[in-house]
Amino acid sequence: MTEVLALERVTREYPGGVRALDDVSLVVTRGELLGIVGPSGSGKSTLLNIMGTLDLPSRGTVRIGGEDVTRLSDRRLSDLRGARLGFVFQQFHLTEGTTAVENVATGLLYAGVPRRRRRRLAEQALERVGLGHRLRHLPHQLSGGEKQRVAIARAVVNEPDLILADEPTGALDTATGDSVLNLLTGLHADGATIAVITHDADIAARLPRRVTVRDGRIVSDHAEGGTPCA
Amino acid sequence: MRLTPVDVVLLGLHGLRTRKARAALSALGIAIGIATMVVVTGVPASSGRALDARLATLGTNLLRVHPVTVGDQPEPLPAESIGMVRRIGPVAEVSAVANLHTVARRSDRVDEHDASGLTVLAGRTDLLPAIGARLSSGRFLTEATARFPVAVLGWEAGSRLGVAAVRPGEPLPQITIGNRRFVVAGVLAPAPLAPDLDTSVVVGWEVAERALGFDGHPTVLYVRAAEANLEDVRAVLPATVNPRLPGMVDVSRPSDALAAKRATATTFGSLVLGLAGVAVLVGAVGVANTMVVSVLERRREIGLRRALGARRGHIRLQFLAESTALSVLGGVAGTALGSGAVVAYAMGHSWPVSIPSWVAAAGLGGATLVGVIAGVYPAVRAARLPPTEALASP
Repeated sequence: MTEVLALERVTREYPGGVRALDDVSLVVTRGELLGIVGPSGSGKSTLLNIMGTLDLPSRGTVRIGGEDVTRLSDRRLSDLRGARLGFVFQQFHLTEGTTAVENVATGLLYAGVPRRRRRRLAEQALERVGLGHRLRHLPHQLSGGEKQRVAIARAVVNEPDLILADEPTGALDTATGDSVLNLLTGLHADGATIAVITHDADIAARLPRRVTVRDGRIVSDHAEGGTPCA
Repeated sequence: MRLTPVDVVLLGLHGLRTRKARAALSALGIAIGIATMVVVTGVPASSGRALDARLATLGTNLLRVHPVTVGDQPEPLPAESIGMVRRIGPVAEVSAVANLHTVARRSDRVDEHDASGLTVLAGRTDLLPAIGARLSSGRFLTEATARFPVAVLGWEAGSRLGVAAVRPGEPLPQITIGNRRFVVAGVLAPAPLAPDLDTSVVVGWEVAERALGFDGHPTVLYVRAAEANLEDVRAVLPATVNPRLPGMVDVSRPSDALAAKRATATTFGSLVLGLAGVAVLVGAVGVANTMVVSVLERRREIGLRRALGARRGHIRLQFLAESTALSVLGGVAGTALGSGAVVAYAMGHSWPVSIPSWVAAAGLGGATLVGVIAGVYPAVRAARLPPTEALASP
């Protein structure tokens, strides 16, 4: 199994002595769909930020694709995010005033893909998430579920090694949340590696692997069938 | 990864597209400044072109000879000076007027001491071609009418005496000069090279000697000479006009006065240009202000872009491009606005339109520079924002 991401004894302390992550180790392999579960304040958002290289650990190493990212410059880190990672946020973070296609195409802007190709790939990604009929719509013309689908299309458009979804259903009603989750499992079935961060145990229960976080530590790590991972 | 120039421009326009009203308002500041710059350089340039054109038709080879005033009374020029000047080789035309020190009135019922402030001149019949003036209506004095009580009015004198024009077929209007009635044969158009003629009433040389007590001494000689020899003619004029007292004769070149007026206008223009510069500066502060607010409002967008792989440099470039786009739009609008104003103003004065190309270039170039400078601080702030903090913004 190919390692996509590995955290080794990662600690993140904030000024003032708050320890959000305490000696956390975690490996994500290619093709996995895992849930990172925990109540608010458990440190799962910090974990997501560190997995996504948006933040760096105080101690320990983070490897993405075998490369230690804690030694990289901001410039190399940015390039790595653009090439290897995809983000889905609870609040969608779509840019108002720009169409669905333009929003998705932004996911390729910093990867150096030529403009015309960006557009074509963005249209394909939107069709993949079932929004082929909403290409020219503006964010305020879309429903919450559709907005999250656009955001997911933006996260997958660059074929990332790892998709990080932070409470992707948190701002949606149950039915819409289910369909978004189904979309993510569908993408996983097509081969995508996805980590879903959630506080909702029901959602986590539907994912093949569940990592539970509490007080900055991983307290359990169960794969399908009940066998704990390493 | 490098962004292509097209991508950078699109990124710059992106923020403006989504906040049109604010973009328009902050570009307006720059536009007003640039428009003022174009106007204060374009209007004098157009008026200068008009003046050049007028000087070209009026000619710059006219000299004005007049006595130096000592005490109250100017030393009069000798009566024979006209003939003497005509004998100078390069002199093409000579004409003369003489102040009659009398009063012109609408009629004899107007009090003599309540007169119109007009000068009554005796004028030679060849006066008009010498000073390059034209009639606005009627006729000028001829050899025949110079002997009779016939007057021609300057442009301003005509309106003060209630004779705006002499219409063919209607009886000639009458005025009172001294205590005699004169008929008005014509009204002059404004005479730029002899502006004192505008407020004068001109009568014939002979009728002045016969009826108004004129002693035949001219007050002002107008001399036209070949341009190449103008300075030589100028040098010999005082001694020719008044051989006994050449020091009492002054020679001037009326076209110089017009050119000097233009130079004054240019000096004044540079002052206004400075004020326009201040307006552009204020506009720049407005752009910087808008950009700072824009960065504050768009923290989440910045965080998102960082998550999508934007480097700090990309964020910096985006906001720099946005502030540059903002002020370039202002610059283009201002240049168009200012040019429009100059065209309208010049056409209103029947001037040829002249907007120096360096003004348009400096306006646009200045606006670009202003945009870059105004954008530096907000752009640096945007780029320094840590991605996690930016994404967590409300």
